[in-house]
Amino acid sequence: MADILDLAATNLLSPVILSFVLGLMAALGRSDLSVPEAAAKALSIYLLFAIGFKGGAAVAANGLDGTLIASLAAGLVLSAVLPFIAFGLLQVLTNLSRIDAAAVAGHYGSISIVTFVAATSVLEGRAISSEGYMVAVAAVMEAPAILSALWLVSRGGSDRRMDSELMREIMLNGSIVLLVGAFAIGAITGQDGLDKISSFIVAPFTGVLCLFLLDMGLVAGRGLRESRGVLNSGAVAFGVIMPVIGSIVGLGAGLLVGLSPGGIALMMVLSASASYIAVPAAMRVALPEANPSVYLTLSLGVTFPFNLTIGIPLYVAVSQAVTGG
Amino acid sequence: MQTHKAKRVVITIEAIMQKRLTDTLERAGVTGYSILPVLGGSGRSGAWTREGQISRASGMVQVICIIKPERLDGLLDAAFDVVDKHIGVVTISDVEVLRAERF
Repeated sequence: MADILDLAATNLLSPVILSFVLGLMAALGRSDLSVPEAAAKALSIYLLFAIGFKGGAAVAANGLDGTLIASLAAGLVLSAVLPFIAFGLLQVLTNLSRIDAAAVAGHYGSISIVTFVAATSVLEGRAISSEGYMVAVAAVMEAPAILSALWLVSRGGSDRRMDSELMREIMLNGSIVLLVGAFAIGAITGQDGLDKISSFIVAPFTGVLCLFLLDMGLVAGRGLRESRGVLNSGAVAFGVIMPVIGSIVGLGAGLLVGLSPGGIALMMVLSASASYIAVPAAMRVALPEANPSVYLTLSLGVTFPFNLTIGIPLYVAVSQAVTGG
Repeated sequence: MQTHKAKRVVITIEAIMQKRLTDTLERAGVTGYSILPVLGGSGRSGAWTREGQISRASGMVQVICIIKPERLDGLLDAAFDVVDKHIGVVTISDVEVLRAERF
C-alpha cells in the first residue's frame, strides 16, 4: 500500500502530469493559453512515431515469441467485450438512452494512445521493461469496440450497419497507420535504426509529451467548462469505476497470456483507457443521434484525467504486486 | 451587363461528413462546389470553436454550390440523404451569376 501511495505521489509530481494540470487549470480559469491546432497535430505525430518505432526496435532486439499472437488476440477480445460490461454498468448507474449508452460503451472498449504513452513513460522512469509489441496490441484494440457498440444499438431495434467507407476510415485512420508503420520500421531497422535517430525520438520524448499533455489539459478543461451539467453523478461515477473494472479484466488477460509485469501493466492501461479521437469520429458518422458531449466529456474530461493521475500508478503497482515483479 | 439566375446552396455540416456529402453531390451530377472551414459557432448543440477541438470530428465545414435553378431539387434530394440525421444547416438563396454556362 505504501508503495502504491509512493508511486502515485511520484507520478503526480512528474513534469508530465503537472503539465497536464497546468493546461487543465488554465482552461478552467479561462486563460487564453492555447496550442495551435497544427502544432498539436505535429506533437501527436512525433509521439506516435516515436512510440511505434521504439516498440518495433524492442521487438527486433528481443525477438518474437508466441505471446505476441496471444496478446494481439487478447487485445481484440478485450476491445470487443469491454463495451458490453460498460453498457451494463451504464444501465445500472445512469439513465442514458440506449443509443447514448452504446456510444459511451464503445469508447471504453477502445483505447487512448496518449494514456498508453504516458504509462510507458512511467514504466521507463521506474526501469520496468515491457514487451515492445504492446504498441501493436494498442493498434488492434482501437476498432473492435466500435462494432460492439453498433451491435448493442442494433439489438435495441434500430438497424445499424457499418458501411465499408467507415470501416476503411477506422482501420486506416492516420494514427493507426503511423503507429503500425513506425512499429514496422523499428522492427525492420532494429537497434541500428534506433541508434541513428535516438537523439531525436528518445531524448526529447518526455519533453514533447509534456507539451502534448499541456494541450490535452487545455482541451479537457475547455470540454469540462462547456459541458457543465451534461453529466450527472452516476455518469461521473461510471467514468471512474469503469476504468478500474477494465483494468482488472486487462490484468486477467495479461496473466493468461503470460506477459511480463510491465506488459501486464500496459494491458491494464489499455483496457482501462477510453478513446476520445477515433471512436467519437466513428460515432458521429454511425450514430449521429448519440449526444457527443456525453461521450466526449466522459472519456476526455473524467476517465482520461483519472487514468493519468491515479489509474496508471495504481495499475503499475497492482501488476507488480500480483506478479511479484 | 447580362446576368443569369442561379441558386446558391450552403450546407453547413460536420467536417467528418464532408467527403460523404461531396461524394453524394458528385454522384448527383453536382461537380462544382467550394468548401470553407468554419471557425466556430453556437447552436442547438451548444457553442464551440475550432480551436482546441481534439480532432476534426468535432469541427464543421461549409459546402457551397451554385447551380442552375432547375437542378436544385436533384441536389437537395441527394444532400438530404447525407445531412438528414446530422448536425447542420442547409440554406438556399437566389443569386445572379455573370456566366451561366459555367453552372
